[in-house]
Amino acid sequence: MQSDREYAIKIKGLKKRYRLGVIGGGTLQGDLQSWWAKVRHKEDPNLKIGEKSREKNETFMALDGIDLTVYQGERLGIIGHNGAGKSTLLKLLSRVTGPTEGDIYMNGRISSMLEVGTGFNPELTGRENIYLNGAILGMTKVEVDSKIQQIIEFSECSKFIDTPVKRYSSGMYVKLAFAVAAHLDSEILVMDEVLAVGDMKFQQKCLNKMSDVSREEGRTILYVSHNMATIRQLCDRCIVLDHGKIIYDGDVERAIDIYLDLEASDDTYIDYAKIPRFYWLTNTRIQTKYAQYLHKDDIIFSRKEKQHILLKWLNEDDIENLCLRVEVLRRDRVPVGTTMLYDFYSGKKDEEGQVQFSLDISSLVPGRYATRYTFFYMDQFGNNFNLDNVNGLYFEITSEENDIVWDVKNWGSIELPQVKIEK
Amino acid sequence: MSSSSEKGYSVRISSKSKMFSLNLKEVLKYKDLIWLFVQRDFKTKYKQTILGPLWFVIQPLFSTVVYTLVFGNFAGFSTDGVPQFLFYLAGNVPWLYFSTCINSTANVFVMNSSVFGKVYFPRLTAPISTVITCMLNFFIQFSLFLVIGMVYIVTGTPVQINWVATLLPILIVQLAMLGMGFGIVISSLTTKYRDLQVLVSFGVQLLMYLTPVVYTASSLGESLFYKVVMLNPVSPIVELIRYGWLGSGSTPWGYWGISWIFTMAVLLAGILMFNRVEKNFMDTV
Repeated sequence: MQSDREYAIKIKGLKKRYRLGVIGGGTLQGDLQSWWAKVRHKEDPNLKIGEKSREKNETFMALDGIDLTVYQGERLGIIGHNGAGKSTLLKLLSRVTGPTEGDIYMNGRISSMLEVGTGFNPELTGRENIYLNGAILGMTKVEVDSKIQQIIEFSECSKFIDTPVKRYSSGMYVKLAFAVAAHLDSEILVMDEVLAVGDMKFQQKCLNKMSDVSREEGRTILYVSHNMATIRQLCDRCIVLDHGKIIYDGDVERAIDIYLDLEASDDTYIDYAKIPRFYWLTNTRIQTKYAQYLHKDDIIFSRKEKQHILLKWLNEDDIENLCLRVEVLRRDRVPVGTTMLYDFYSGKKDEEGQVQFSLDISSLVPGRYATRYTFFYMDQFGNNFNLDNVNGLYFEITSEENDIVWDVKNWGSIELPQVKIEK
Repeated sequence: MSSSSEKGYSVRISSKSKMFSLNLKEVLKYKDLIWLFVQRDFKTKYKQTILGPLWFVIQPLFSTVVYTLVFGNFAGFSTDGVPQFLFYLAGNVPWLYFSTCINSTANVFVMNSSVFGKVYFPRLTAPISTVITCMLNFFIQFSLFLVIGMVYIVTGTPVQINWVATLLPILIVQLAMLGMGFGIVISSLTTKYRDLQVLVSFGVQLLMYLTPVVYTASSLGESLFYKVVMLNPVSPIVELIRYGWLGSGSTPWGYWGISWIFTMAVLLAGILMFNRVEKNFMDTV
C-alpha cells in the first residue's frame, strides 16, 4: 500500500512472555534446593502440593505476535483496555525490556516518555534538572544548551527555574518535565498517557506542540491513551490492541468505535455476582444480583419498542423508600439522559427484592448505548445517597428505512418532541 | 529471514542477544549523562546538612582514629617507624575508596529500577558515574592525608616520599576498575537473588583484614598468610601507595602484575554479565 515510503519502525512477530506469580524462589537457597532435587530425580522440596514443577510457572503472553510497520511522519495512536499490551509494546520499543521473540527495526533515534520527569532529582534546581532529564532522554549537553531558553519558556516556570524542584507544585513539576520531552530531537517519539496530567490549557499546548513537530519536521509519534479526545486530535492512524494482538489497524474513528465496543456485551442477562464492585462504594446497602431483558433474545430494539427490564437485588440492611435511577450513556460513556423511579420499595435486611419496569426509548436516536443502574434514597432535603451502582445492559437502536441520517456529533442523541406549528 | 526492506535501520531490537557485546561505544555517546549523574550525586549527597562537605573527611578521620587506638596502641602492630596516624590514614583512604565502589555499584539495578524501568540509556553509565563520584570523595580524603602529612613534616617527623608515589593515578584507576568490576558482577547477580547483597557488605568488611590496611605486608614475613594476603588484588595497590608516600612496607611488583590480570578479568566478566542482564532485568528485579 505505502511500501514506497520510508518506514520508521518495523515490527516482526513480536512476542513478550511474562511468568505469572512469584519469580523463582526469591532466594538463591530456594533455587539451589529445587535444582539439587531435580538432579537427583527427587521431589522438589519447594513445591506446593499439587503443583507439577516450580519452574514451569503459568506464563502470560503480554504481546502475542505483533506485526506492524509505522511510516515516517505518522502519528499512530495505540488504544486497548488495561492489560491489552499497550504499555508492554511501548516498553519493548523504548528498550526498557527485551522481547521474548521477534525483532524490531527502527530508523532514527527514539525517545520514550513512559512517565514525565523520569530521573528528576528533588534537590536540584529546575535548570539542573532540565540538563539531567535531557541527558537521560538522550540529549547531549550542547543540544540542551541550544534549547534551554525554549524549554524554560514552554514550561512557564521561568520565575522558579533556579529553585529546587521539591518546592514546585505538582503542576509546575509536570510542565517542566514535559517541556524537556517536547524539545527532544529524536525522529521517533513514544508517549504513554503523559498528557493525562497538567491542566487543560497545558494539555492543549502539548498536543499542539506534538502535532507541529510531526507535521513540520516529519517526526513519527506513537501515542498511547485512554482519552479518546486526545487520540482524535493528535493521531492520523490508530491500532487497537486486545489480548496482545492487533485487532484493528487503520482509521482513527473506526478504531475508537471498535475499542468502545470491546467492553460492550450483547447479553440480555447480567449476573453481577461475577463482576467486581467499584471500590469507592464502601457502604453499599443494596447488592444488585442480576439484570435481564424480558421477552427479548437480543439487544437490538426499534424506537417504537419498549424495553422490559427485570432487576433483582439483596438488601444488606433495612431499606425504606428505595429509588432507582437508569442512566443512558453513549458507548464512549458520554451521558445522554436519565430516568428516575421514586419510592418504589421498602424491605427488611437480607430479603431479596425485585422490580420489573419498562423503559421508553422513543426519544433516543438510532445508535449504540450503554446504561447504568443506581439504587439510591433521598432525604427530606432532596439530597440523594447511592446505595449501589452497576453497569447495566447494553442496547442498540436500529434506524428505520426512511429515517433521516442523524448527525450525532452536532445534534446530540435525543430527538425532542416535534415542534408544533401554532399559527 | 531479513528481506531487502529492513535495510537501512539504525537500531535493531532482537530477542536474541549477542554473547559478547561490550557496548562501550554507546556508553561513550552518553558521556554527558555520566558527568551529570556525577554532579547530581556530589551535589545532593550532603544537602541540608550542617557540616556539609566536611562529612567527606569526617568518616576517614574517625575510623583512622579508631584504628590508631585499637591496632596501634592496644594491639601494638608495627608501622615500620612511620607515625601511626599517618600510617593508618594512608591505608584507610584507598581501602575506603575500594569498598564504597563495591558497595555502591553492587545494588545499581535495584537502586535505579524506577528510572531504568521507564527510559533506556546504556545502564553501564550508572555504575561508571558512581565510581567517578566516589573518586572525587577519594581526592578530598587524600588531600586530607596530604595536609596531615605536611603537618608531620613541618614538625620534624621524617616522611620518605619516593618515585613510587607518582604511580598514584594508575593505582587509583585500577582500584576503580576493580571495585566496579566486582560491583557489577554482584549487581548482575542480585537482580534475581537479593541474598548476595547482604553477603557483599559483610564480605567487604572481612576482606579488609586480608588487606594490609592496619598492618604492613612485610611484617608477615614469607609465611603462607603473606601469599594469601598478596593474592588479594587490593593488597599490592594499598601496599604500593603507602610505600610511595610514606616509604614504609614493600614494593611487591610481581603480585601487582597478578593483581592487574585479576582486575582486567573481573572487569571484563562484569561488563559482559551486566550487558546480558540489563536487557531483561526489569522483569525479574
